[in-house]
Amino acid sequence: MPKEQVEEYLETILDIAGKDGTAKTSEVAKRLKNNPASVTEVFQSMARNGLVRYEPYKGVSLTEKGAKAATKIKRKHRLLEVFLSRILHVDPDKVHEEACRMEHCISDEVEDAICRLLNAPARCPSNKLIYPCEKGIATCNECKDAVEKGGQVQRKILPITDLKPCQKGIIAFLRGGRKVIQRLSDLGLTPGSEVTLVRKTPLGGPIELSVRRTTLAVGHEIADNIFVEAAGGS
Amino acid sequence: MPICQGCPPSKSSKRNADFTVALAGNANVGKSAVFNQLTGVDQIIGNWPGKTVERAEGMLHYRGRKIKIIDLPGIYSFTTYSMEELVSRDFIALEKPDIVVNVVDATALERNLFFTIQLLELNAPVVIALNQIDLMEKREISIDSNKLEELLGVPVVPTSAIKGKGISELTEQIVKLSEKRKIPPEIKYGREVEQRTEMLAALLGKVETDYPRRWLAIKLLEKDDEVTRLIEGIDRSIAQAAEDLAEEIERIHGEPSGVVMSAERYKLADEIARKVQKIRTEKETLTDELDKVALHPVLGYLAILVTIGGLLIWTFFIGDPISKALGNALSPIEQFEPLVSGPLGEILWNGALTGFIAGVTLVIPYVLPFYIILAVIEDSGYLTRISFMLDKGMHKLGLHGKAIIPLILGYGCSVPACFSCRIMETPKQKLIAAFLVSLVPCTARTVVILGLVAKFVGIWWALALYVFDIVLIILLGRIAFEVVRGESVGLIMEMPSYHIPSAKVVLKQTWARTKSLLWIVFPAYIIGSAVLQVFYAAGWLDPVNNVLSPITVGWLGLPASVGILLIFGIVRKELTILMLAVIFQTTNFASVMSSVQLIVLALVTMIYIPCLATILCLGREFGWRKASAITVFEVAFAVLMGGLVFRLLSLFR
Repeated sequence: MPKEQVEEYLETILDIAGKDGTAKTSEVAKRLKNNPASVTEVFQSMARNGLVRYEPYKGVSLTEKGAKAATKIKRKHRLLEVFLSRILHVDPDKVHEEACRMEHCISDEVEDAICRLLNAPARCPSNKLIYPCEKGIATCNECKDAVEKGGQVQRKILPITDLKPCQKGIIAFLRGGRKVIQRLSDLGLTPGSEVTLVRKTPLGGPIELSVRRTTLAVGHEIADNIFVEAAGGS
Repeated sequence: MPICQGCPPSKSSKRNADFTVALAGNANVGKSAVFNQLTGVDQIIGNWPGKTVERAEGMLHYRGRKIKIIDLPGIYSFTTYSMEELVSRDFIALEKPDIVVNVVDATALERNLFFTIQLLELNAPVVIALNQIDLMEKREISIDSNKLEELLGVPVVPTSAIKGKGISELTEQIVKLSEKRKIPPEIKYGREVEQRTEMLAALLGKVETDYPRRWLAIKLLEKDDEVTRLIEGIDRSIAQAAEDLAEEIERIHGEPSGVVMSAERYKLADEIARKVQKIRTEKETLTDELDKVALHPVLGYLAILVTIGGLLIWTFFIGDPISKALGNALSPIEQFEPLVSGPLGEILWNGALTGFIAGVTLVIPYVLPFYIILAVIEDSGYLTRISFMLDKGMHKLGLHGKAIIPLILGYGCSVPACFSCRIMETPKQKLIAAFLVSLVPCTARTVVILGLVAKFVGIWWALALYVFDIVLIILLGRIAFEVVRGESVGLIMEMPSYHIPSAKVVLKQTWARTKSLLWIVFPAYIIGSAVLQVFYAAGWLDPVNNVLSPITVGWLGLPASVGILLIFGIVRKELTILMLAVIFQTTNFASVMSSVQLIVLALVTMIYIPCLATILCLGREFGWRKASAITVFEVAFAVLMGGLVFRLLSLFR
């Protein structure tokens, strides 16, 4: 099965998977404009490669390996979108389509280079979150070093909004406007501090978090840009 | 009293006092309570961060000494990103108060020490009031205040300001330090930052400013806009060197240098806290339990509905009988019939008196019960939960959850609500919030809606007007968000713990609010109605009505004589209803106007400019251009809506 096809499937599953992480076969088929029978076939082959878990009549969910590959391709896609629109000034209507084709053939080095060129953008043109790279680093300067050393410090970095309620994390880095970042760090959200996600609200409402025994309410878009290294649930 | 406390105190006021003490610290740590204890002046206390938007001043008489106390707004840092922070740091650095009392919340020591460290950098002679020790003990935290004193090199006094504990010791320390002013020792940073700070401080050796040298160096490394500009104006090469050094720090840490400095300070604060503080258990508190309901995705909204609905219902349940009773009691001296002839002095007096009585009978009875319950809600800490729950919705208006606080205050009186818009972060958000506040029906406007519509048309129509108003606020907020230029930022707000409201605080709070209301509203009422009385006596009413009749009669479908009412309403909203009775010689409005006319009149009164006092307040906060723009827009909009509603309702009736 061609790599390109597998990656398209991974992305689609990531997009439409519900809360329980499962995507229905029919929905995937609809999105990819394919018939359910051949979609099922692809699922089975992907399951053999350990990318997804497939349950007939229920759908597929990504395995850890699959999720990693899916976020990677999503990251490439969104970075490319920013690159195409911001640097190459490609027609906004065509950006998505172009990125869809390009994402499959760029190497990780090119991905890193684009990321550095764009100064690690936080969001794609349609305002979706760009996942941080896997190197577990805060800035482009560290990125160069990490690439040179070839070694990858594996840290699991995610936006604080991805933590579960009551889960703890260590602040890795903050993104966003200078003012907002300064405010957050003045309130105690400095890199290295332990935070607990107290509560999330549905539909992209604010989150409540606690740091150094104080409780803060933070709007969702701001919280999306607070990246933490997750610790186990408490 | 919101009259001009925003201005810096003049030198002359400083001369009156033997020395000056500034209270500084984080928001919501009990600074206002310390202030009240020290001065006996009632500064508003509330359990939400940012209610001290004005700088309050008071005098403390202690053993024959006059000590001026200044309560600075609650802040977390000294950046240039908020007006409060900038003003506070300039006050401490430039006006050089003799003592700075740093009020510290003992239950959140690290974050409070983060601020203390910055105060020490400003070379302020600091006394620390380690406040809320009763709460600290309840949470099973203990702090060794002697050790803290030793580590920081400044006096530390444990206090519980709400209960009045430790206040005399604090006063003692203030006086002691004022006699022997001592600059606290420097606090050293980690090597990378410390080296660069010292290098810069050395470069600044010959530069003379009013700021401490080391502080300037630190601020330059933080890339502080104001300080960088200041130094650029003196010696460009130093600013350049600072930029290079700041960039080195950024390269090492991979964060903006301001964030690196904050992290450094927190490292120091954490270290000090670790040495002095013992926390036994971290058990689930009452706050956690209550928040399970208050912040529940379904129950939370229900709780808000019950709270706000209950607040409004209570206000009228209590206010109405009091208003009636007061009205009856004052009726012997009230001249219902305006005095239209005789000496000018008597005409003026007659007008002033009706203004005063209207204030007493129509505003106070409603505002007072509203403020009492509001104070209970505030003191409990629930207000911030409402902000949290409604944050998402407020984003649609380019605001965020915090803006709900001024809007709720607006149901009481627009003037304090307008001032409280300062809790918003950016000028754009402040302006939009104040604009929307002016559209919220305050108690005076509610009197009109109830008196005209609820009484003579039906309670549901009155309710419909309220709902219509909320819809308007949402729509106009959305439009204002698109039209007003500037930056909007999201919600970052501290969530204080709940506590059981204290009767003393609630009553003091209510009194303080009502008092400030009296100071600004009563003069406008009294002077305004005296002037209007002259108008009336001089026989200028008919010409005015005639000029306005194309609008009032032609477009709004109202009787010609209401023209003057709308002019009167600028001064006092509920005057509309009072004057209506005078003009028609009856209080049964249904006999002189149709239901549609009553609804239209109430609607127009509800949305056309709030009142003179609010316009003055808008002007002070945002400048006269914006204040007049809001006024003109709201008048035009009210007339437009009134006419449309008139035509729409006429179709059905």
